[in-house]
Amino acid sequence: MTPRAKIISARILQAIPVVIGVVVITFLLTRSLPGDPAVYFAGDAADAESIQEVRQALGLDKPLPQQFFIYVADLVKGDWGNSLSTGQPVLSDLARRLPASLELTLLALFLSCLIAIPLGVLAAVKPGSWRDHLCRVVVTAGVSLPTFFTGILLIYIFYYVLDIAPSPLGRLGFLYIEPDPVTGFYLIDTALTQDWETFMGAAKQLILPACTMAIFTLAPIARMTRAAMLQALSSDFIRTARAAGLSQRKVLIGYALRNALLPVVTTLGMVFSFALGANVLVEKVFAWPGIGSYAVDALVASDYAAVQGFVLAMALLFVALNLIIDLLYAVIDPRIGFEAS
Amino acid sequence: MTDISRRRLLQTAAVTAATLPFLRVLPVSAQSSDVLVAINGQTINSLDLHRTGTNRPSYQVAINCYDRLVSFGTKPSMGGGLEFDYSKVEPELAENWSVSDDGLVLTFNLRDATFQDGSPVTADDVKWSFDRAVSLGGFPAVQMKAGGFTRPDQFAAIDEKTFQITLDSPSKLAIPDLAVPIPFVINSTVAKANATEDDPWATEYLHTHTIGSGAFKVARWTPGEQLIYERNDDWASGPKPAYQRVVIREVPSAATRRAVIERGDAQVSFNIPSKDALELAELMEVNSTPIANCINCVGLNTNFEPFQDADVRKAVAYAIPYEAIFETAAYGRGAPLWGEETERSDIAWPRRTGYMEDLDKAAEHLAKSGFADGFEVPFSISLNQLDWMEPTALLIQENLAKIGITVTIDKIPGADWRTASLVEKRLAFHLEGFGGWLDTPDYYFFWAYKDGHLFNSSNYRNDEVEALVDVTLPMEVDHPDYEPNVKRMLEIALEDLPRIPLWQPALNVALNGATDYEFWFHRQLDVRPIKPS
Repeated sequence: MTPRAKIISARILQAIPVVIGVVVITFLLTRSLPGDPAVYFAGDAADAESIQEVRQALGLDKPLPQQFFIYVADLVKGDWGNSLSTGQPVLSDLARRLPASLELTLLALFLSCLIAIPLGVLAAVKPGSWRDHLCRVVVTAGVSLPTFFTGILLIYIFYYVLDIAPSPLGRLGFLYIEPDPVTGFYLIDTALTQDWETFMGAAKQLILPACTMAIFTLAPIARMTRAAMLQALSSDFIRTARAAGLSQRKVLIGYALRNALLPVVTTLGMVFSFALGANVLVEKVFAWPGIGSYAVDALVASDYAAVQGFVLAMALLFVALNLIIDLLYAVIDPRIGFEAS
Repeated sequence: MTDISRRRLLQTAAVTAATLPFLRVLPVSAQSSDVLVAINGQTINSLDLHRTGTNRPSYQVAINCYDRLVSFGTKPSMGGGLEFDYSKVEPELAENWSVSDDGLVLTFNLRDATFQDGSPVTADDVKWSFDRAVSLGGFPAVQMKAGGFTRPDQFAAIDEKTFQITLDSPSKLAIPDLAVPIPFVINSTVAKANATEDDPWATEYLHTHTIGSGAFKVARWTPGEQLIYERNDDWASGPKPAYQRVVIREVPSAATRRAVIERGDAQVSFNIPSKDALELAELMEVNSTPIANCINCVGLNTNFEPFQDADVRKAVAYAIPYEAIFETAAYGRGAPLWGEETERSDIAWPRRTGYMEDLDKAAEHLAKSGFADGFEVPFSISLNQLDWMEPTALLIQENLAKIGITVTIDKIPGADWRTASLVEKRLAFHLEGFGGWLDTPDYYFFWAYKDGHLFNSSNYRNDEVEALVDVTLPMEVDHPDYEPNVKRMLEIALEDLPRIPLWQPALNVALNGATDYEFWFHRQLDVRPIKPS
């Protein structure tokens, strides 16, 4: 085993107690939610008798420890339970909705980086200049507009008034059939089968929600780039590089930005996690079948299995995300070896 | 695929397109009038109404994809368009039926209809489906009980085309209860083939498949996104629907729904907020049908001491600013229920109560009561229904303060609301909006005024009402005692006021490019009659 593989497997092993903790805590938390799922799902005109029948059918009449062991035993078998509000197995719900959210969030972050990092660099090169002020204005505006507002505004302008955006009704318009799921990312799946028509359809649907998210996530990335660049530019090695007569371009991109990237990547990880959460409002506005709206609907209905599944999936996702970010550190800065961690 | 030439790409694209029927068919047909797009804000969570946990929006699948024995006729609605007519029971899968002289035996002759797999609909299928409706428990069993159907041995297949129901006692609700979405007819052969020992009623199979004889079948269902109906061209129980395909899209945001219907990318927006209904009415056809047998009312819980005093209840009833509430909370959509009382000789229902905003009278009643100095009371509303409950609560709070009753508003999470208000009945002062599927006043009283019944959130008990409802509920409406009994019930309810009616809410539906929408008591979209305009 190479040292890197060893470190990775050690990191995965370290995640196991975290996941166990998440399983226990979400179980207890969902059980302490207000509301009674049996009453909720027995329907509008159910009497006490039929509520009791539903309670039994859901296994909610059993004592809590027993419910917990049933839940864990199912989990080990790979059965995450059935969501009551969608009527589907939680695992298949998540398998369909997580890629939808990830595709949106990743594209939004990509767009955001595309704007925010150059903006931050420009602002840092001449602090106090008009570029710096532009950066500040853009960033403040982006972060202070709530996503649902930006979303509705974009729909109003580009769909309702200008009619250049497609109807904001989820991942694909009526005319397309969704691609066979390979990754669950429509852009990738359609590219794999070379179904460019559907690819364009999916891309068009993505633009407005991704822009909405991107505007919201500009601020932390741009601010962090600016701060890290300022620090890097004032350090000794940059002075040395300039004194040695290296080109401005080489100094900025090759030395300063490379060194400033580390905190930016850290921020990116954090932005990714809150963006996935902040998705809810964007998903609602664009009828995006993502994981955020799924979790909120499940919470409102006291849909235990769905809430537990959501939290567990998120926990696993963040374990993976942290690992990826740590690996990225090593790529960006060779001084951070795995041996050191 | 080593050589990627332009020709190769085109070939692949052509092959891919050919294997994707929707891609090829939809762009063409979407231009024509063959596809209806309807949007709504709710999730369909099952294709099987009888299954535990199936939510209300899913009932539309039972309506559009399955047949019942009977249905109701239609009449013009005061809200625009047509609405169901409870007084006219019409044939659906049953060609005709007869009732024995003692009213106990109902015999139905089935028409020649076929299921969507081509096999004929037989009385055995009806019997199996009815057995299922009363055996799986939950809400379907409760609703079946309302018509007097409780046990499988009440249903019998006499021969291939004759189906018989035997009632324990005659009831006027029996036949109308066969027109509600619950007793739909399933292809029992297919269902049994997919049943297992643990699941004798094939709930897992029916959860994802529609195997009926109805006007449509579900061609595609992506929970949380959309459901696509495809027309059954061999539908025998009614006129052929105008649309070949109907797409039901789920759009959670009301603002987005409004943009889409205004732009005409969808033809029907179902159950829109009253505010949108008011504003869209100038641009397109909007039907705001007052929901039959449904009343938004204020509940006064008799467990709460001041509300045991009749004068306090009347004081509250005179203090409510009805008109302002109707304009603010309902944007004037629906039917007002306050003001000069509907003639008592008439048993029209819902009806005006005779109470109106009159603070002097309110103060007078409060002074006469045992709580002349006022009292404090929490007013409970549901976080899930803030759209109408919050403005209503605020307006009531403001007016009651003027006569010395201090109201604090208590918002209850949606998941907890039903438990608190209806099951435990522990809310002293609250809002309630029950609507009965079967459209007679005694049916409303059965659920909302009888002691211990679910929608009696006020814990009201009056021995005379108990007896009257029991006698009147099964009684035919042309029985000589029916009218006097109902009048007496109304009289007691208006005097005792455990619930103060505010207004009859409306179901708002916007149509842009489609027409002939019909309102049905089940408050779901029946896509069968809708036509392109």
